[in-house]
Amino acid sequence: MISSDPPFSTAGDETEPYPNATTNACKLCTPLGACLAFRGIEGAVPFLHGSQGCATYIRRYLISHFREPMDIAASNFSESSAVFGGGANLKTGLANVLRQYQPKLIGLATTCLSETIGEDVPGHLNDFAGSPEGAQNETPIVPVSTASFRGTHVDGFHDAVKALVQSLAKGTPESFPGHAPIAVLPGMVSAADLREIKRIAREFGVPLTLLPDYSETLDGPSWADYEKLPTGGTPVAAIRALPRSRAMIECGRTLAYRGSTAATVAKDKHGVEIHRIGLPIGLRETDALIRLLSSLSGRPVPHSLKLERGRLLDSWVDGHKYVFEKRAIVYGEEDLVVGLASLLAEIGIIPILCASGGKSGRLGDAILSAAPSLKGRCEIRSGVDFAEISSRGAELRPDFLIGSSKGYSLARKLGIPLIRCGFPIHDRIGGQRVLHVGYAGAQQLFDSITNALLERKQADSAIGYSYL
Amino acid sequence: MLSAAAKSISVLPARAASITTVGGQAPAALACDKASLAGSVTQRACAFCGSRVVLYPIADALHLVHGPIGCAAYTWDIRGAQSSGPQLFRNSFSTDLREMDVIYGGEKKLGAALRELIARHSPKAAFVYSTCIVGVIGDDVSAVCKEVAAEVGIPVIPVASEGFKGTKKDGYRAACDAVYHLIGSGNTADIPKFSINLLGDFNIAGETWVIRNYFERMGITVVATLTGDGRVDAIRRCHGATLNLVQCSGSMTSLAKRMEKEHGIPFLRVSFFGIEDMSAAIYAVANFFNDDVLREKAQQVIREELGALVPELRMYRTSLEGKKAAIYVGGAFKAFSLVRALRSIGMSTAIVGTQTGDSGDYETLENICEPGTIILDDSNPLELAKFCLEKDVDLFIGGVKERPIAYKLGIGFCDHNHERKEALAGYVGMLNFAKEVYATVMSPVWQFTPRRDADELFSIGAST
Repeated sequence: MISSDPPFSTAGDETEPYPNATTNACKLCTPLGACLAFRGIEGAVPFLHGSQGCATYIRRYLISHFREPMDIAASNFSESSAVFGGGANLKTGLANVLRQYQPKLIGLATTCLSETIGEDVPGHLNDFAGSPEGAQNETPIVPVSTASFRGTHVDGFHDAVKALVQSLAKGTPESFPGHAPIAVLPGMVSAADLREIKRIAREFGVPLTLLPDYSETLDGPSWADYEKLPTGGTPVAAIRALPRSRAMIECGRTLAYRGSTAATVAKDKHGVEIHRIGLPIGLRETDALIRLLSSLSGRPVPHSLKLERGRLLDSWVDGHKYVFEKRAIVYGEEDLVVGLASLLAEIGIIPILCASGGKSGRLGDAILSAAPSLKGRCEIRSGVDFAEISSRGAELRPDFLIGSSKGYSLARKLGIPLIRCGFPIHDRIGGQRVLHVGYAGAQQLFDSITNALLERKQADSAIGYSYL
Repeated sequence: MLSAAAKSISVLPARAASITTVGGQAPAALACDKASLAGSVTQRACAFCGSRVVLYPIADALHLVHGPIGCAAYTWDIRGAQSSGPQLFRNSFSTDLREMDVIYGGEKKLGAALRELIARHSPKAAFVYSTCIVGVIGDDVSAVCKEVAAEVGIPVIPVASEGFKGTKKDGYRAACDAVYHLIGSGNTADIPKFSINLLGDFNIAGETWVIRNYFERMGITVVATLTGDGRVDAIRRCHGATLNLVQCSGSMTSLAKRMEKEHGIPFLRVSFFGIEDMSAAIYAVANFFNDDVLREKAQQVIREELGALVPELRMYRTSLEGKKAAIYVGGAFKAFSLVRALRSIGMSTAIVGTQTGDSGDYETLENICEPGTIILDDSNPLELAKFCLEKDVDLFIGGVKERPIAYKLGIGFCDHNHERKEALAGYVGMLNFAKEVYATVMSPVWQFTPRRDADELFSIGAST
């Protein structure tokens, strides 16, 4: 699938030039992804079984991006819990969270510590159910195994979504007396992206179950009074009713290579019709979503969306020459990289290096199936860190970088623009409001990229100029 | 008028003893200095965090986290600590342990990672931080460090920072134990009598340089700074200094005590935040050396600095007079200084809490705060929100995790943790502090927030 023609030699998917040490990781740990996914469930409290440090670090990390409260409980292991097991702490912790938050769901993720000492989480939950506090509890507790020595935050995110479907989806026909909704599992996108997907679904007039949905819980309005549990999120009842969905759309091209995901669970256990597409970033990947919604809803593409698409293309014509054959480095979560590479290819930019800390082994295939024109034109690396991206960057001399704010020092070193998108964005306001998906997202990304290149050209010119 | 949330948020029974009100009827000692209650959503971090934050600013050392990726990723260049030279410390190095390493042990990978990274970066020393999982799988980190050190000829120092070992405080001790490996190994022949080490200042936004400048203007040599703008060679010879100044007492007192015992160097606990505490620190050093010329120079430094500062502060004080603040910070010494610094710009403290204070610290807080002030140990978002609403504060001073609590409620916020980028120490820091407090408390945006402007037309209520 991947060409090895020089100068765009592809190192393959499994390259690890420094096998023993990671320098400036281009990934995060699995429990972070699980906490983020659980935050998208109505009234949910994420709970980590392990040391409190994990919860604190993950809270801090997510807060710095979303700038919203992010309460994550933990069982707060001590030295003795590490030796004798964390069952007692887990039960105390659950009781305290139920008492103080009255949540509608507890998302219980493990950590490397509880996984390594072999904690029997289902056993502990059974014990808890038999205890005085647990016996009265009607709040679902959804456990997910997220050992951080396995995979990345993206795996944690998808595993949590899968765990939600696995443990809650039972199919209660009375939940949706009207039209059966279409379920969309959007993957790890921004809060603005979630709102955009909801808006597009509304344009088609179809009821939608978005799982997860942190568009409000992690990007909500100012409060008149303190909300223990921010409003918004996918209702637990909607997850329970997923088996009654008209169809389920799961986004993420590398995700689609996985044997078992939330969507395959829905299909295998409940016979739900599933569609696995890429993240709807760029024209064609968005078209795929729109086409699907049109066919599933039985309605033509609304005029308003056609107009949006038309305006996007019009802007691409206006700006095409400023971006043509510019060279970019794209990095981040694998499915995001696929979507961005696809968009760049559509507007004539060559993503000379597509890099991810994730290691599905499918990044190359996914990029080339989304953007076949890139064959032989881009280097694809997975399982990499920023040390490697930087060293390749210095050799490749790209025109700009596109990815999270963690590429800042490389952009500075190379003296090139960084288009901030994806996660995390820690050095700017509004990371949660960056729009990637849909025609509107493609528009926003196109404008940002083109204007960053123009700005640089203008600044580098001796006298500057005031007309393009 | 109490908000619904302020009334409805109940304090967990097991937490009640960790909260008190100054001048309240039951002056029982505040429960503190113990493990956090499971499920309480503590703002505290772990032992690993404590070690990492203390050692992080040693700029020419390699800091390698031995564990899965998270611990290293979340602490990548997280702090505002600055270096006047090497930037090696701002990288995040990890052995990135995977499943097979956990099963078969990570020692070989650690040794290889150290050799690889030391060859690539030529550091002056290397610190190897143990994480939770390393403590559980039982890697002999010390043995690997010893072996590699012998091979490469630089100190390779294990840091016993397994997260579950306790809170940040336990990590501070592990960091002090680790850094002590360096002390005593350098040449001290040319160190003069009027010499000090700065302990527990981390050069956030260049603060160590500010403080260093005051002492150098007095004619005092600063031998080593631990660990702000820290250098391995300077730390190796810091046992030749006459006096240790300990600014963040929580993090560095154990090292100061050890140096007193082993090298006969006395120490003074000081704070560099606020006019009163900064001046007290300068006078304390002059008095310690008991030299008239030094005293005169101390006075001169303070006179010069205050002469420039006081007129500038007046305007801020006039605007901020009577405003109320909440403080929730890591260490108690910082809390004391903040209470005083706020007072010097006309503000009172309605809530004050810390992550790591001990009973002595809380006694001090009760003494310096006004009646009615709420004091908290090891608090959490719900309690902090409840009391902010009850006391109707205008400002919250804390770290990143407290910021959204304040902002969501329409309360001004100032960052006073180690991630901030504004220098708040020294006289110039006091001015920066006043400017920042002013910039947030007086901002016009608060008048539009729902808590202050309950315009029915725009309220997001149950009806939506």
